[in-house]
Amino acid sequence: MNAADTAWMLVATALVLLMTPALGFFYGGLVRAKNALNTMMMSFAALGCVAIAWAVAGYSLAFAPGGPWLGGFSRFFLHGVDLAPAGTIPHLLFMAYQGTFAIITAALISGAIVERMQFRAYLLFLTVWSLLVYAPVAHWVWGGGWLAKLGALDFAGGTVVHVNAGVAAVVAAVVLGPRKDYARQATLPHNVPFTLLGAGLLWFGWFGFNAGSALGANNAAALAFVNTMLAPAATLLAWTLLDLFRGGKVTAVGGATAIVVGLVAVTPAAGYISPISAIVLGLIAALPSYIGVLLRPRTRLDDSLDVLAAHGVGGTVGAILTGVFAQRLWSGAADGLLFGEPRQVLVQLLAVGSAAAYSAALTFLILKGIGLVLPLRASDGAGEGLGMDVSQHGEEAYGTGEGAILVLPDPLPAAPAPTPAPAGEGA
Amino acid sequence: MKLVVAIVRPEKLTDVLEALFRAEVRGLTISRVQGHGGEMERVETYRGTTVKMELSEKVRLEIGVSDHFVEPTVRAILAAARTGEVGDGKIFVLPVEHVYRIRTGERDEAAVTPVGV
Repeated sequence: MNAADTAWMLVATALVLLMTPALGFFYGGLVRAKNALNTMMMSFAALGCVAIAWAVAGYSLAFAPGGPWLGGFSRFFLHGVDLAPAGTIPHLLFMAYQGTFAIITAALISGAIVERMQFRAYLLFLTVWSLLVYAPVAHWVWGGGWLAKLGALDFAGGTVVHVNAGVAAVVAAVVLGPRKDYARQATLPHNVPFTLLGAGLLWFGWFGFNAGSALGANNAAALAFVNTMLAPAATLLAWTLLDLFRGGKVTAVGGATAIVVGLVAVTPAAGYISPISAIVLGLIAALPSYIGVLLRPRTRLDDSLDVLAAHGVGGTVGAILTGVFAQRLWSGAADGLLFGEPRQVLVQLLAVGSAAAYSAALTFLILKGIGLVLPLRASDGAGEGLGMDVSQHGEEAYGTGEGAILVLPDPLPAAPAPTPAPAGEGA
Repeated sequence: MKLVVAIVRPEKLTDVLEALFRAEVRGLTISRVQGHGGEMERVETYRGTTVKMELSEKVRLEIGVSDHFVEPTVRAILAAARTGEVGDGKIFVLPVEHVYRIRTGERDEAAVTPVGV
């Protein structure tokens, strides 16, 4: 056990947990005002149901000793997860840290299905997905599963988190179908400052996500930390230039998107590549996602908040470039294509491809299954038309309170009537 | 000349504008308003406080038109704003004494004729 490692991992866990509310702000700003609460709750809800699913079963399925495809059942209900060391930190802390990843990965999917999904069905989907999709894929790469044995490099979850969520998002968008207004009316962001706030907080939390994945206060953490600063900076710069050349104006929504794309791309690479490679990786990663967000609205795919372009494409580019830029000199782990190991790129492609295929298939089956017992979509008029905040939550993000009449379901016992002053007294 | 005042659902505004432009009605003013027209009350709950929302968000359109444009304008709004549920709104057609175009000082019919027609 190491006190410094434990201290850093306590902080890192809190940092990663903050990313989920941050994602709520990022997504919440991008939707229309009548759907702001619903969209933010899609992220916040993961903090409840995925965290508990993780403690009850998910952690065991991902990290308990098991086979190449799935962990075991021996850690259900945190059985045997105690303060004994796992590596140099308490086992319990390792469980909590990994739990924060499960939470945000499930929440990421919501960006593709905002403004239309029944909240009850969403809660069920989120929980089941975290157990049947996230936990196995996390096991493949980090829990000693088959991709780990093959030597796939995924420092903090480019494949496990971002490719996985990005692909699930597309499938979810297809199964649910486009919003009734999609490609008919402009569905513009209602609060771009929220989106910028969310992007900033995501970046802050991502230091815990990437540098925490070193699982200690060590050199790998320092390398991952610096790369997490430099790569998104490079993507932001590249995106700024692309915006300038394309439209002559640097956009705020573009800037917020660029930060997320850069963070996603450096996630698998953070502890494996040199800082200069991280800058190059960040620059390269901007273009595919930039093209992605431009092309998507011209299709019938209502991946409303571009989870595919940001996380699917960004994660794939990052995973492949990890196989290109990995440098044993910096990480002590493995060399990539540029340093004499071309095979690493193939391993990376295999990891991305298999995670994507599994995620797509299982997401489809889960949603179809839930669709048999619950309606997946809110109704057109009283749901989507009126807005998801009122229809799903019975609340408004920006209510004025005008015309609101207090309902007292259980009237308080009437206060004793004030005794009238006896007549004849006083003036 | 008439003043057409229409109260419609906010989520139907885009459809209504589209229909009006297709009917070649080009000059209009909109405002966001709140009102009550017999629709079911929405119930909202914030912690222990439950409220009935008596007022719903609506959009009011004001359109000054010459007499032969009244019919097409009303028909466009009727078709585009209707969902069939209570709360679709109302259209009022009011007589207008005079209209002036501020830029030119033109009056009445000339003032509500679109520029370039």
